[in-house]
Amino acid sequence: MTTAAISPELIAQHQLTPGEYQKIVHILGRQPSYTELGIFSVMWSEHCSYKSSRLHLKKLPTRGKLVVQGPGENAGIVDIGGGCVIAFKIESHNHPSFIEPFQGAATGVGGILRDIFTMGARPIAVLNSLRFGRLDDSRTGARNRRILGGVTSGIAHYGNCFGVPTVGGECIFESCYDGNPLVNVFALGVCKKEDVFYAKAAGVGNPVIYVGARTGRDGIHGASMASAEFTEESKQKRPNVQVGDPFMEKLLLEACIEAMQTGAIVGIQDMGAAGLTCSTCEMGSRGGVGIEIELDRVPQRETGMTPYEIMLSESQERMLLVAEKGREEEVFRVFRKWGLEAVEIGLVTADGKLRVRQHGEIVAEIPNRELADEAPLYDRPHSAPPEVTKAPALPEGVTVQDALPALLAAPDICSKRWIWEQYDYQVRTNTLAGPERADAAVLRIKETGASIAMSLDGNGRYCYLSPREGAKLAVAECCRNLSVMGALPAAATNCLNFGNPERPEIMAQLVEAIEGIAEACQFFDTPITGGNVSLYNETLGEGIYPTPVLGIVGLMKTEAPVTIPFKRAGRSVVLLGGVGACNERRFGSTQYAKEMARSLWGLPPELDMDREKRVQAAIREIVTAGLAESAHDLSDGGLAVALAECSFGKAGIGAQIDLDSGLRPEMLCFHEGPSRVLVSTADAKRVAEIAARHGVEAPVVGVTIEKGIEIRQRSMTLGSWEIAALQSLYEHSLESSLSAPIAQNHV
Amino acid sequence: MKFGVIVFPGSNCDHDAFYAVSANLGQQAEFVWHDSTALGNPDAVILPGGFSYGDYLRCGAIAKFSPVMQAVKTFAAHGGLVLGICNGFQILVEAGLLPGALVRNRGLKFVCREIGLRVETAHSPFTGALEKGQVLRMPIAHGEGCYVADERTLDELEGEDRVAFRYADNPNGSLRDIAGVLSRERNVLGLMPHPERASDPLMGSSDGLGVFQSMLQAIRAVRP
Repeated sequence: MTTAAISPELIAQHQLTPGEYQKIVHILGRQPSYTELGIFSVMWSEHCSYKSSRLHLKKLPTRGKLVVQGPGENAGIVDIGGGCVIAFKIESHNHPSFIEPFQGAATGVGGILRDIFTMGARPIAVLNSLRFGRLDDSRTGARNRRILGGVTSGIAHYGNCFGVPTVGGECIFESCYDGNPLVNVFALGVCKKEDVFYAKAAGVGNPVIYVGARTGRDGIHGASMASAEFTEESKQKRPNVQVGDPFMEKLLLEACIEAMQTGAIVGIQDMGAAGLTCSTCEMGSRGGVGIEIELDRVPQRETGMTPYEIMLSESQERMLLVAEKGREEEVFRVFRKWGLEAVEIGLVTADGKLRVRQHGEIVAEIPNRELADEAPLYDRPHSAPPEVTKAPALPEGVTVQDALPALLAAPDICSKRWIWEQYDYQVRTNTLAGPERADAAVLRIKETGASIAMSLDGNGRYCYLSPREGAKLAVAECCRNLSVMGALPAAATNCLNFGNPERPEIMAQLVEAIEGIAEACQFFDTPITGGNVSLYNETLGEGIYPTPVLGIVGLMKTEAPVTIPFKRAGRSVVLLGGVGACNERRFGSTQYAKEMARSLWGLPPELDMDREKRVQAAIREIVTAGLAESAHDLSDGGLAVALAECSFGKAGIGAQIDLDSGLRPEMLCFHEGPSRVLVSTADAKRVAEIAARHGVEAPVVGVTIEKGIEIRQRSMTLGSWEIAALQSLYEHSLESSLSAPIAQNHV
Repeated sequence: MKFGVIVFPGSNCDHDAFYAVSANLGQQAEFVWHDSTALGNPDAVILPGGFSYGDYLRCGAIAKFSPVMQAVKTFAAHGGLVLGICNGFQILVEAGLLPGALVRNRGLKFVCREIGLRVETAHSPFTGALEKGQVLRMPIAHGEGCYVADERTLDELEGEDRVAFRYADNPNGSLRDIAGVLSRERNVLGLMPHPERASDPLMGSSDGLGVFQSMLQAIRAVRP
C-alpha cells in the first residue's frame, strides 16, 4: 500500500479533527493511506455517523408490538397484519437541493426509494416535507422561486417515472430557509412478512455482487458536503450533486425484487451516501464478517478513476448484494432480463476487514466494525435554546372579515395544487385520499384489505419558540391527522433538520426537540423506527428554525375515507375539543401573527397531551362509526381557516357558526390551539355521546348551509363571505405569487 | 374474455390495467413481456401507461422498435382490439398505428388531475356501452399529452367519426380538444386519460370501466 504524506491540511480538508485522525491511526496501527483517509472521512461524517446526535437519539422509544425492525437498518418495518409488513423512512436531501434543486430533489427521492426496496418492499407511496425562503423577498425571492420550481419538478420527474405515487406532504415558506431549503422525502413500501431482506453479509466465501449503474465521478464527498455549513464557495460544489436516472431505478427495483424471489440472495444494501464504502463496511459490520473487493471489476463510467474516487463516488442507482456461492447464475439471469449490469466484485471473508484491491494490490484495509460503528461520539455542549424576547405586537384595526381572505392566500395556508398536480399521485391505483383531500393520505393495500394513513408534520415557528413543545406538537398533530381518518397511529419516523451542532444553543435545540419527540411518541404509542438527522443547515452563519419533521403511519379498514369538505346542507357542525383557550403570548406563534403582524413572539400553542389523546380516541370512534360526513382538524390558521377549507368542496356547501366565547375575536377565529376537530354530522346526538364518554367537549357550533360562510360570536357577526371568492384566493395564490413581480429593494 | 397487458421495462400502469380488467371487470388477463414476438392469443391488447424505455428521447420512440410491437401490429392488422392508454397512446402514434403526435403539454408541466371526458362516438368497440355526449370523470397524468396533427388529418379524423373522446376542459393544449382517437378500422384506440384508474368506486370514479365493458361487449358480440 502506498502511503502519501498525510498533512494536517489534508486532514482538515476531510473535515476530520486532529483527535479523530489520532483515532484512525490507533485503529489501523499505522498511518492511513489517502484512500483510507477518504473512506474514514465519509463514514465518520456527521451525515453517516450521527456523531453529534447519536447519544441523544438513544432516548427515542423504538419498541412496540407491531415493530418488526427498528432503527439501524435501511428502513423501519411494521407489521400490518394479513401476513404483510410495511417498510418506511424519511430522509433529507437539503444541501444538494440548494446547490442543484432539480437533481438534488430527484436523487433525494431515488435514495429513499432504494432504502425501501432494498428491504424487499415495493414502494407504494412518497410524501414530502418542503421548506423554502419567501417567494416575495426582494433580495432572494427570484432564487427561492427557482428552487421551488426545480425541487418540485425534480421530485415529479423521479417519482412519476419510477411509478410511485406522491400522495401528500407539506410546504412552508420562511426567510430562515432562504439559503437553506429543506427537502425531506418519506417513502413507504409493502411486502410479505417472510420476504423482508436485511443489509447483512454472511457466509465466508460468498460472492459480493455489484448491480445497476456504473460508477462515475459524481457525488464524491456528497456525505461530507451535507455535513458542513454553506459558504459562498458552496455553489462550486455542484459536481458533488449526483444525477438521477429514474428509469434505471425502476429496472433496479423490478430486478432486485425478482432476484430476491430466487432465494439466492443473502443480504443486500443500496449504495447511497458514501456509496461503495458505506455499503461494503456496513454489510460486513452487521454480519460480523469481512469483505474483500477488487476495484478493477467495478463497472466504471469513466477511465482512470482512482481508488479514492471509486470508493467515494455517490453515483446513483447502484446496489450491492451478497449471494449464495454456486447460485450466482440465478441472480445474473434476472439482472440480464432487466438489461442491468451485475458483476461479482469480491467475496465475504472471515477476518472482519474491508479489504480493497486495485490491480491486485491492497489500497485499503480497515476493520469493518470500527469503521462503520465506532465513529467518534460527541456529547456536544448544549446551553439553552436561543431566547425569543420579542414583545407581542398584535395589529389594531384588522377585522376578522379582512383577515380570513388574507390568511387563505398566505403562502403556508393556501392550496399547494401548483406543486402536487405535477406529481402522479394515483399510479398503482391505491390512493384513496391524495393531496389536500383529507387530513392524511390514505392508501389501500390490495393484498390484505387494510389501508394505511400517512401524515408528515413539522412546525419550525413553534420549535423556534420552544423546541421541546414544538416537537411534541408535531407528534400530536401528525397522530391527530391519522385519527381524523379513523386510523390508529402505529409507528413513526423522523427527520431532524437543525443548524450547526457545534454551537451550544443549536445543540440545545436539538436535544430538547429529541426529548420532546421521545416524550410524545412514548405517550401516543408511536415508536420511532428510523429516520435521519440533517445538521449544519446554515448558510453564512444564518441558521434555520429548528425543524423536526415527523412522519407517522396509521392502520385502518379499507373504505372510502372521510374527507375535508362539507357534503350536505342542514348538518350540525360540531367543534370536537371545543373553542379552546389562548392568550397574547401563545398567539405569537400563529399564522395570524406571521401574516398580519409579520412577527413571531411568545410561545407555541399549549398542548395537553392527555386531552389530545382523548380527542383522538373520540374522533376515531366517531369516524369509524360512520357518523362524520366530513372531518378536518384545526391547525395553521385555526378555526376560521379550517371552516373555510371545509367549504371548498364540489358541493359548495358552507356553514354558519356562532361561538360562545369571550376571547378576542381574532384569537377566537385564528388561534392554533391543538386537540380540536371540525366535524359535520347528521347525528349530533350520537357524536355528543361518544365525545362525552371520552371526556371531550363537543359543542354544536353551527349548521351547514347552501351558500356562504358566516362566523358569529355570541350572536354578533364577525364576518361573512362568499365561498367562491375565498376559494379562488386559496386556489390561485401560490401560482400568482410565483408570477408576481418582485418588489424593489427598500432603502 | 382474455386481455393481454404489454409490459415494457418502464411500464408502471401495467399492474393497474391488469387489476382493472381482472378484479374490476372480472375477466382474464395476462402480462406480455416486451421482447416477446408472440402475444399468446388474447382477445384484446392493452398498452399501459408509464415510461416504456425511460422515454428520455421522444415518448415511445424506442418502444416502437420492440419485438412485441411487431406482434401488436400484426394483431391489429388482423382486426384485434388494441387499447393504448397514456404512454400506450404515445407508442401507438410513434408506431404509426394511429395518426398525429403527442407533444409537451401547453403548460410545460406534468399534470395529474381529474378531468371531464366527453364521449364523441358510440360507434366503436371501445365506446359501444357508452353514450355519445356523455361526460366521464377520469384522471390524466402526463407531461406530453398535447395531441397535434395537421389540419387535413384532423378534418379527416372528424369526418370519419374517429375522434373517440374530447376534453370537456382542455388541460394540455390538444388541438380541437382531442383526448382519444380511433384507427381507420376502429379497432385501435389511443387515449391520454386513464380509464384503469377510474374503474373502482373507491378510487373516486368508476366511469372508466365503461371503456372496458364496451370492449367486453364487442368481443362477446363476435364470439358469443
